Amino acid sequence: MKAICQLHRMTNCPLSKQEIFERSHRRHHRIVSFIRLLILILFLSVWEFSAQMGYIDSFFFSSPSQVALCFAGMIKDGTFFINTGITLLETIASFLLVFVIGMLFATLLWYSDKCAEILEPYLVILNSLPKSALAPLFIVWLGTGINTIIVAGISVAIFGSIINLYTGFRQIDEEKIKLIYTLGGRKKTAFLKVVLPGSIPIILSNMKVNIGLALVGVIIGEFLAARRGLGYLIIYGSQVFKWWAGMIEMSIRIYPYNPSAFPFSIPIISFSLAIPSNNVHILPPPFV
Amino acid sequence: MTQPILELNDICYSYHSLKGETDALSHISFQVKKGEFLAIVGPSGCGKSTLLSIIFGLIAPESGEVHFPRDARNEEDEHSQLKNYPRIGYMLQHDHLLEWRTIYKNVILGLEINHQVTPEKTARAMELLKDYGLYKFKDKKPGELSGGMKQRAALIRTLILDPEILLLDEPFSALDYQTRLSVSSDICSIIRSAKKTAILVTHDLSEAISLADRILVLSKRPATIKCDIPIHLTVTGTSPLASRNAPEYQGYFNQLWKEISDESHMPTPPDD
Repeated sequence: MKAICQLHRMTNCPLSKQEIFERSHRRHHRIVSFIRLLILILFLSVWEFSAQMGYIDSFFFSSPSQVALCFAGMIKDGTFFINTGITLLETIASFLLVFVIGMLFATLLWYSDKCAEILEPYLVILNSLPKSALAPLFIVWLGTGINTIIVAGISVAIFGSIINLYTGFRQIDEEKIKLIYTLGGRKKTAFLKVVLPGSIPIILSNMKVNIGLALVGVIIGEFLAARRGLGYLIIYGSQVFKWWAGMIEMSIRIYPYNPSAFPFSIPIISFSLAIPSNNVHILPPPFV
Repeated sequence: MTQPILELNDICYSYHSLKGETDALSHISFQVKKGEFLAIVGPSGCGKSTLLSIIFGLIAPESGEVHFPRDARNEEDEHSQLKNYPRIGYMLQHDHLLEWRTIYKNVILGLEINHQVTPEKTARAMELLKDYGLYKFKDKKPGELSGGMKQRAALIRTLILDPEILLLDEPFSALDYQTRLSVSSDICSIIRSAKKTAILVTHDLSEAISLADRILVLSKRPATIKCDIPIHLTVTGTSPLASRNAPEYQGYFNQLWKEISDESHMPTPPDD
């Protein structure tokens, strides 16, 4: 493409409409990425500058350079990877379980209108429960192991997931289901040939939301019951500076809704993770 | 005299809701002979589609029975949902092609459902696709086809199951006028050449006259059979224009119009 443009310039002949469109399209994307990066750099420089000049107290607010140093330390001694890995495993486990259980229940509700009608108010109530308040109960029931954390992850995502999937299944055109009957199919055939393939976009968007919610749930679980994991690191840090814990959760929450924002949330997560230990200069020891 | 392939005896049906009961069909009885093309016309909302659903067996009548005098149970139908024999094909108003399947995959949907995806049947599907000019679109998604092409694909989907009776529920009403004329004449010639029995529900009188051997006029709700008009046009061929130019056409049209407008209190059309 570049070569063609150069050729055009050399031969001095005008670009075709399509080439002009492609150029402006690429230009648009470059500008968006550039400004995004610029905002991040600007934010970090103002932060660093204010800390250096003493406008903000670096004991409470830290500074990017201190954070980077501490982060490097955590990477060097492996703390970061171990804890991230554990949280990741727990999140994937909760996510997969949410997917399987959610699909099973949504299918059941789709099969039986009566069942759906009976269970609907319960689902709405269960979905609106404050799940973080349930976490202590899970500890009482299941102890302080990985099970509690996975169940906490599931509890945050599962009810919303069932409601969303069921609503998605119901949105399939009734006439398409009638078509399956006119071709000699049964309800099961209608589900497999029409409802399930027709709901793939909804299932995918539901999965996107669920992975984020499962992560939030797992971190809530780790706040209370873990000896390792990001949630544990955060709660350790948040005993010192709560503000940063909130920051992390924010940036984690961003991901499922807007994956393209993820690269920008990584530094924020990492920095905020590193902050408390950076100031206190001890890494959180595992509970004994 | 050919034998009737389908008999409806005193069919009644009503819809129930909390607001009350709505009588849809009241004591409908008629017979359809093998190879006959029957059109059913009537004011809108009179229960024409309900009647087809009852014939197919999707819904059960409140009283009366749908009877298929020829006792021909095919072995391969044992596994299928079709409670009624012989096999019935049902074409809906819209094509309802599944947009995530290619045209070919859509056409063999019925075969998949009935576990009949055999080399002979798929070869037949290809043949039909070729006949209706859809072969080069077989790997395209429905979104890339025009309305008429989609309706042809829907027809192939129905025909590939080799039904003996075809139920057509206003299958052309979603098409524009020009496409409608050509698709309806295509479908008519296919049905006639294959010697299928067909029941067409329509609100288009000229379509009914040009395609059918016999027209049933239903009254407004609760629907009863108002009259039963055999159609004899002195034309050869199935071109929609030819039959519309037949000398008898205008007479039938006026007769039907009178019957229908009595029902729905429509003004009579101006004389040509």
